[in-house]
Amino acid sequence: MPAVKGDGMRGLAVFISDIRNCKSKEAEIKRINKELANIRSKFKGDKTLDGYQKKKYVCKLLFIFLLGHDIDFGQMEAVNLLSSNKYTEKQIGYLFISVMVSANNELMKLVIQSIKNDLGSRNPIHVTLALQCVANIGSREMAEGLGTDIPKLLVSGDTIDAVKQSAALTLLRLLRTSPEFIQIGEWSSRVIHLLNDQHMGVVTSAASLIEALVKKNPDEYKGCVSLAVSRLSRIVTSSYTDLQDYTYYFVPAPWLSVKLLRLLQNYPPPEDPAVRTRLTECLETILNKAQEPPKSKKVQHSNAKNAVLFEAINLIIHMDSDPNLLVRACNQLGQFLQHRETNLRYLALESMCLLATSEFSHEAVKKHQETVVTALKTERDVSVRQRAVDLLYAMCDRTNAEEIVGEMLDYLESADYSIREEMVLKVAILAEKYAVDYTWYVDVILNLIRISGDYVSEEVWYRVIQIVINRDDVQGYAAKTVFEALQAPACHENMVKVGGYILGEFGNLIAGDSRSSPIVQFQLLHSKYHLCGPGTRGLLLSTYIKFVNLFPEIKNSIQDVLRTNNNLRNSEVELQQRAVEYLQLSTVASTDVLATVLEEMPPFPERDSSILAKLKKKKPSGVPEGTEPKEHKIPQAHMSNSLDTPAAAPLDNPIPLSVPISPPSSSGSVDLLGLGTPTAPSGGGGDGGIGSLLVDVFGGVTSNGTDSSGNLTPGAEEGYQKFICKNNGVLFENDLLQIGVKTEFRANLGRLGIFYGNKTSFQFTGFQVDTHVSEDLQTKITCQQKPVGTVVDSGAQVQQVINIEIISEFTEAPTLQISFLYSGATQRINLKLPVMLNKFIDAAEMDSTTFFTRWKALNNPNQECQRIFKGSFAMDTEQIKAKLLGGGFSVCENIDPNPDNFVSAGVLHSRSAQIGCLLRLEPNKEAQMYRLTIRTNKDGIANILCDLFDKQF
Amino acid sequence: MMQFMLLFSRQGKLRLQKWYTAHTDKAKKKITRELITLVLARKPKMCSFLEWKDLKIVYKRYASLYFCCAIEPEDNELLTLEVIHRYVELLDKYFGSVCELDIIFNFEKAYFMLDELLLGGEVQDTSKKNVLKAIAAQDLLQEESEEPKGILEEMGFTSSS
Repeated sequence: MPAVKGDGMRGLAVFISDIRNCKSKEAEIKRINKELANIRSKFKGDKTLDGYQKKKYVCKLLFIFLLGHDIDFGQMEAVNLLSSNKYTEKQIGYLFISVMVSANNELMKLVIQSIKNDLGSRNPIHVTLALQCVANIGSREMAEGLGTDIPKLLVSGDTIDAVKQSAALTLLRLLRTSPEFIQIGEWSSRVIHLLNDQHMGVVTSAASLIEALVKKNPDEYKGCVSLAVSRLSRIVTSSYTDLQDYTYYFVPAPWLSVKLLRLLQNYPPPEDPAVRTRLTECLETILNKAQEPPKSKKVQHSNAKNAVLFEAINLIIHMDSDPNLLVRACNQLGQFLQHRETNLRYLALESMCLLATSEFSHEAVKKHQETVVTALKTERDVSVRQRAVDLLYAMCDRTNAEEIVGEMLDYLESADYSIREEMVLKVAILAEKYAVDYTWYVDVILNLIRISGDYVSEEVWYRVIQIVINRDDVQGYAAKTVFEALQAPACHENMVKVGGYILGEFGNLIAGDSRSSPIVQFQLLHSKYHLCGPGTRGLLLSTYIKFVNLFPEIKNSIQDVLRTNNNLRNSEVELQQRAVEYLQLSTVASTDVLATVLEEMPPFPERDSSILAKLKKKKPSGVPEGTEPKEHKIPQAHMSNSLDTPAAAPLDNPIPLSVPISPPSSSGSVDLLGLGTPTAPSGGGGDGGIGSLLVDVFGGVTSNGTDSSGNLTPGAEEGYQKFICKNNGVLFENDLLQIGVKTEFRANLGRLGIFYGNKTSFQFTGFQVDTHVSEDLQTKITCQQKPVGTVVDSGAQVQQVINIEIISEFTEAPTLQISFLYSGATQRINLKLPVMLNKFIDAAEMDSTTFFTRWKALNNPNQECQRIFKGSFAMDTEQIKAKLLGGGFSVCENIDPNPDNFVSAGVLHSRSAQIGCLLRLEPNKEAQMYRLTIRTNKDGIANILCDLFDKQF
Repeated sequence: MMQFMLLFSRQGKLRLQKWYTAHTDKAKKKITRELITLVLARKPKMCSFLEWKDLKIVYKRYASLYFCCAIEPEDNELLTLEVIHRYVELLDKYFGSVCELDIIFNFEKAYFMLDELLLGGEVQDTSKKNVLKAIAAQDLLQEESEEPKGILEEMGFTSSS
């Protein structure tokens, strides 16, 4: 057992040794349970427990907790320690609170009181301790209670440096959690001037605080720019001996330098020429230092020095105004690309991505293309390779696109699975953006599908179809190429989709060649049919009907296929419907009608590529496009403006009957593939698989159940009622969706876990849930919903959490408004959220005397409500008890002289009050009637509760 | 801002956890498990930084212990490595050639020291001297305010527990 430092708690050390000596997990658990039992009994029974013992036990609990076990007691003892006059006990108390007590614990009020006391202490060590606790927990309540004390501490002249620096960061924490309670206003200038403080620790802490304040209010804190620049200048020009202990491995104040450099990234380049020159000098000095021989061989030296360098480069990129600095930065990073330290190579690749977006340094970055390609191929660490991909993407332009796309395709064959999807998106975007020759573009995308079919998302193959449809110069080539690609014995389903679509539209362009005659095309596609999923099969059926129009000579073969049992009686209703209707169409319609209905798809309106949106969504931080002002400089996939096809055509085209081959939208053909709006719920079934196929072609718009008026969906009320006396269960269910709820209530707070289960075999898209709280209700409860994903896969379940707080009594329930796209139609479901007043009742136990004393005291008529009603369920004692318990009440035995009667008590919590509630339920078995009487010490509540309970028995 | 710091052993045992943003216990356990697996699976010489969800992970191994920090995208990775190093130096100075056992048996000290170096996820005071001085002042207060417990009393406790 190693020496125990400081105030050795031998008992703790012995216990830790014991745990370490345990041979098995079971032994450990046994030992821990023994200890927990011991501590529990000490806390419960031993009133003479002194501070030291309390501290020791609290410390043991902490240790057990840190081993990963749950601890549900000891908080009170820890809070007691806070007011101990022995520092070490106080310290352990605070540690326990910081680590284990959650911000909304009921003891928090006591904790905050102790903190207040300690903040006022004359001993700075106590003040610091209290500040650290606030910084560690940083709850709303603390911000509310201490939001004015801490700023004072920060700017007061009497505060010592050590306290000041803690106060700065504590304030920062509160500012992050609950800015509304933090008023700095009048002190802002004094806060800014902390950047001039003598004490480096204070400046270091204040710099972080000021950055957060700047982000909220840049104008008010503008003054910090010149102060930050001069402070930075003093640091970078100092020798490493000047700053004594703040020099880290020969680098003067690296932490402060980095914070200052970051602070400056919140503003444009300084306007004042003097300040600007000084800043440029600083940045140049930092770049110069990078070229100097290292003062130490230690990695700490190089890390600290380069940390400052990278931050300086970030600032240079942010200012994006000095070509000289940008090019120097780029050259510096170029050196790092071949550095032996993996970390530096990684960071250099990352920073260079940003440089590539600046017009001043883009060309300089391109010089390193070869090194980056080598990195992509040879780096051993996938995270570094990923950076190389990002950089290649960022440095790509028209001059090097073919090369870079080629290299990326090459690499894709062996790329790590983890980065494939993203690479596919990037290649697709680059190929489109920089395509001069669209046959090249088609080749690239088909190669993508061939190499990495599984990772080609729908957006990518939609896009190639969109482009082929819009550019008639590439249609013949595309048809020929897909036809060839489909001849591979094993080809990816995505290839079948693209092939099916393109041949259905443009198969005629290659039909002259006997090697790709109509029947050959048809047989080739149909040979893949049985290997494909229902979505693709649906698409192929549409291709077939298009063939009927393009190639009347093979109509019979196609009808034979449609007529097979496998299609006409397919268990997938979509396929069956398609087969039936297409067969009928091909049989009854005249050639003219067919030609109109099955006309070639009109061009798509021009728009930005949805692939880009997909990439952004996938990797919000890693996509350089994210840096807004530079958006124009990076690859933006959009359709070239030189397209010859008129873009506006589809809107005016009289083609309501045109059968779209792919999932149509309700508006006919305009937004055929939902390409423009891959995530928006109105896009019309782009992701909806074949769910939406044909629906509107033959049946008109069938958007069903579109009830946005907020009327409740049938079944909503029943679902709500069920939850009055229980906490978990199914709230709603129909053919599509099952909604389960798990609720948990504590005092005036509630948490609802809502589970949305997709019962269908298709995906729901545009899934959206809103909780609606009426204006009136908003004054009584607060309701906060966590976001939920917009897609629910077939058979999958998504979860959403809703937090509720009750402010005062309420009757109405919030509504839960669910909408999603299924089968191309918007489904809406409006339910009542199962939150009712009785959920906030905590059961209370009491004896007969207390009960009747209180009962009699509540004799004001408004305090009582009585109902007599017929029972809806069998009069089963156990069931009634279970319902009362589930409804939040206790069931107090031996109180009523009549044993058949039920007597219950509970305390209703709201934000401001606790309301006692007493209940008597008297069954009359002969009449199957109940009499329910509720008395509460606040007027009106009894009525609400009776309304809730009188249908429950 | 640093979001959390985890110390764990090569065997995957968590030795210290410090969270600078609120999470439920369940979420903490999940994150911890995930990261321990992720980091332990990495080979030496690999990059010390990785992207994880919306955060950056910076880790470094010292003897049998891994120090693993999660920082935000705009934070400086290299300097985070040095925060770790400074923390290790402080522990080393305080315990005198620190080892994993010191941190196990004096976990509370390890927490106190971390609070002096980092507060609310931001670097507070990087001076080794100042931090050690603050800890020394705490230790001094302890000695003043507390008589060491008699050995018998302790024995009495240990036999009853």
